[in-house]
Amino acid sequence: MSTKTTRGKGKVSNNEEYREISPADFFYRNRDLAGFSNPTRSLYSAIRELLENSLDACELYKILPNIHIRLSLEGDTEDVKDSYTYRIRIMDNGSGIPSEHIPSSFGQILFGSKYRLRQVRGTFGLGGKMAILYGQITTNTPATIISSVGDGKSYEFLIRIDILKNKPEVLNKKVHKNKIAWHGTIVDFLLDGNYVRAMPRVLEYLRQTALVNPYADITFIDPSGRLYKFESVTSVMPEPPKETLPHPYGCDVELIRRIISASKCTDMLTFMSTHFHRVGKKTAQRFLTYAKIKKKMNPHKLNSSEIVHIVQMMKTYGDFLPPDASCLSPLGKDLLGAGIKKELNPEFIHVEQRKPSAYSGFPFIVEVGIAYGGDIPASSGIILYRFANKIPLIYDEASDISRKVINEGINWRYYKIAPNLPIAIISHICSTKVPYKTVGKEFIADRPEIEREIKAAIKTVARYMRIFLSRKNRIEHERKRIDLFAKYLPKVAKFSTELAGKKKTPDIEPLLRSIRRYGKKED
Amino acid sequence: MAKKRIKRQSSRKKRIKRQSMKKRKEMTLKKLRSFGGVLYNQLNKGEFPWIEMPSRSTSNILYDDRLKQYILGKKHVKRSSRNIRHIRPVTQLVWTASFAYTLNKQGKTSTLRDIFYSAQAFDVPFKNQQESDNIITDLETVLGFAREDFNIFPEERSQIFGDLTIEYTVPGYEGNSLNLTTHPDGLAIGPALTTSDFKSTKANKIIVIEKGAMFTRLIEEKAFKKFKAILIHTAGQPPRSTRRIIRRLNKELGLPVYIFCDGDPWGMAIAITIICGSANAAHLKELATPEAKWMGLYSSDIQKYKLPSTKLKVIDLKRLRDMRKDPRYIAKPWKTQITHFLQNKRKCELEAFSRYGLDYVVKKYLPEKLNRL
Repeated sequence: MSTKTTRGKGKVSNNEEYREISPADFFYRNRDLAGFSNPTRSLYSAIRELLENSLDACELYKILPNIHIRLSLEGDTEDVKDSYTYRIRIMDNGSGIPSEHIPSSFGQILFGSKYRLRQVRGTFGLGGKMAILYGQITTNTPATIISSVGDGKSYEFLIRIDILKNKPEVLNKKVHKNKIAWHGTIVDFLLDGNYVRAMPRVLEYLRQTALVNPYADITFIDPSGRLYKFESVTSVMPEPPKETLPHPYGCDVELIRRIISASKCTDMLTFMSTHFHRVGKKTAQRFLTYAKIKKKMNPHKLNSSEIVHIVQMMKTYGDFLPPDASCLSPLGKDLLGAGIKKELNPEFIHVEQRKPSAYSGFPFIVEVGIAYGGDIPASSGIILYRFANKIPLIYDEASDISRKVINEGINWRYYKIAPNLPIAIISHICSTKVPYKTVGKEFIADRPEIEREIKAAIKTVARYMRIFLSRKNRIEHERKRIDLFAKYLPKVAKFSTELAGKKKTPDIEPLLRSIRRYGKKED
Repeated sequence: MAKKRIKRQSSRKKRIKRQSMKKRKEMTLKKLRSFGGVLYNQLNKGEFPWIEMPSRSTSNILYDDRLKQYILGKKHVKRSSRNIRHIRPVTQLVWTASFAYTLNKQGKTSTLRDIFYSAQAFDVPFKNQQESDNIITDLETVLGFAREDFNIFPEERSQIFGDLTIEYTVPGYEGNSLNLTTHPDGLAIGPALTTSDFKSTKANKIIVIEKGAMFTRLIEEKAFKKFKAILIHTAGQPPRSTRRIIRRLNKELGLPVYIFCDGDPWGMAIAITIICGSANAAHLKELATPEAKWMGLYSSDIQKYKLPSTKLKVIDLKRLRDMRKDPRYIAKPWKTQITHFLQNKRKCELEAFSRYGLDYVVKKYLPEKLNRL
């Protein structure tokens, strides 16, 4: 081939081959996006994604989660390497998966088909599959999945993902008897990673997960055989999240197009009132009048400029009812409080839940806790634990909205909160769509609606902290006062007895007692 | 004739004094013991021990025209160990009293700095020496005795020289007597000297000198013989023990006192402290010598004797203007000299006399000055 370059004239010979790639292939090529960029991060992400899937599987069916994770070294471990091969095995007691869906659940990267929204931990619903895919490409071994829905049988599959076709390839299938009616799922496969480096983040992740899921039992055995047990402290679970339709305010052109293609409705009025959140006949009528669209029009016949018009109208029509948050599953004051007590063992705690609110058509609820003392170390600032949809956010704290509010939005002096106090703030946001700023689920973007709610919640809990601190100071002051009397009064007695030349030192106990009684009254 | 009168006076006073020195010590011990008794009884009655004493706040420091010195007014303060802010000072006060009692009983002396450190051994530590000094002043106020009576002395820096025979009362030296011309540098006015009895003197006056150089000059030029004077060097503001010695020499021996300081407002302040006492010691009556006379240097002397002088600084002028409002400076030499200073705007140190030869001050200035007073 000649190396001549063209200057905008003449025919450009195009040797690029254009072809469609499967979703599995796409993620194989862009695995950084899902958090599988290096051996350390990948191991952490694999544990995280699998654990979150398991928690979701339990919670949607109101099963108290009991999850075991085991990580063990495989093969040659002598050489010092960047990454080693590990076997990861995670077992949950979730609902289990019907046998016919098992291969595709773990071996095919799918996009949602129902166009409904629900508060779940994962954002793309592909994290678990990504972990298996990563294991397959680093170790070239298949994954074992065992699952049962609690009937008489359990099914064991040995599967491999055909990346190019995005299809599961079942290498082996066994059926076991399940006399004890066990339900749940076991995932077992090999992957490369570096546990030594990932350990701090893995353990911190598990600890914080235990904090925000106080009803879950989580057991983790690391490659050196150490057992980490995070026990539940309650058997109360929040109401599982419910599915909800998209709110018109949060729709984009592509979503509308997909809804149309899946819809069986033949006129716009039924279409609007069937597929959208909080849109009934009346609202649909008013909206269509506002948007100047005929009620009888068949949605399937809309052209693309008309769809764009509808989306624009949806954004500008101000009379849609705000999204209803009853579909959300916040932890609630008691559960979040129990989790904080369990993991931080604080001296004082207060939790507030804000009323539901919405941003861009997505409902959300902010829950904030504040805790003092116990296992919380004193630090120059306030320690922040961030959670979204019941998962911990560990990295990029500096960019997070809660950190911004704490550092810039609040005059802590007003709340008598000085640096170097052992204070932690726990913020939890749950929503059908958490506005993460980047693809990695690590920090929340500065949406003004969310910022406002977080700020209000932090101010409320800080008020309680102020009351606690001033009470604590008062007690401390009182203790010091009594100590001072107890130290000096005997000396006054001793010196004055000596000076007066007397033998018997006066009894000062009644005096000291009178101080104490007074002290108790003050408490 | 005058000499005779002085002698007669002095012999009479000596007797009184010898009694009072012994008595004074007994009184001190008794007072300390009864102070302990008061607190002890309060405790026995189930009360929180408390102490009442005249307030030493500036608003309660008044100038007494009759006594010609600062005194404390009628305002009293109560320190109760029931009060969280007072429990520590009360404890420290009782400790200081019991420590002073032990000191006196054993005939030992101590310094202010010593007290600060000794307290630590009894676990009643002071935060700093200022605090311990303050507690000692409290004890003086409560009991009406100066700390020297409790055998607590400041650092010595003042000297005395002249024909005065003293008899020690300190343990180990009791009955030993000494003439104060024995040592040509003068003797330090320390605890032993302060507590000794005055036996006899041929001197008929006391000259108090601010500066060491002038003190030495007067010894070398035999001024003590020529003027029959006991010389005392204050080294700046006189320590309280020095002020007490001056008062005792004046009261017990009936000797007139002449104060010879730099010709500037600060020299005048030294003289007035000896005569009228200081506001800081308003709670004590036995430090001032109201009969003492300020001999110089006057502002008018600077002109009269053509002494080398320097210009008054802003701070000197401010001080002079403040002095005009001070009741202690209302009488004759003060008032006119302050005005003179403010007009002339010159000041002069004692050393300036050397300008006219080493013996000028003895031959010319002092005879003229003493004659006129």
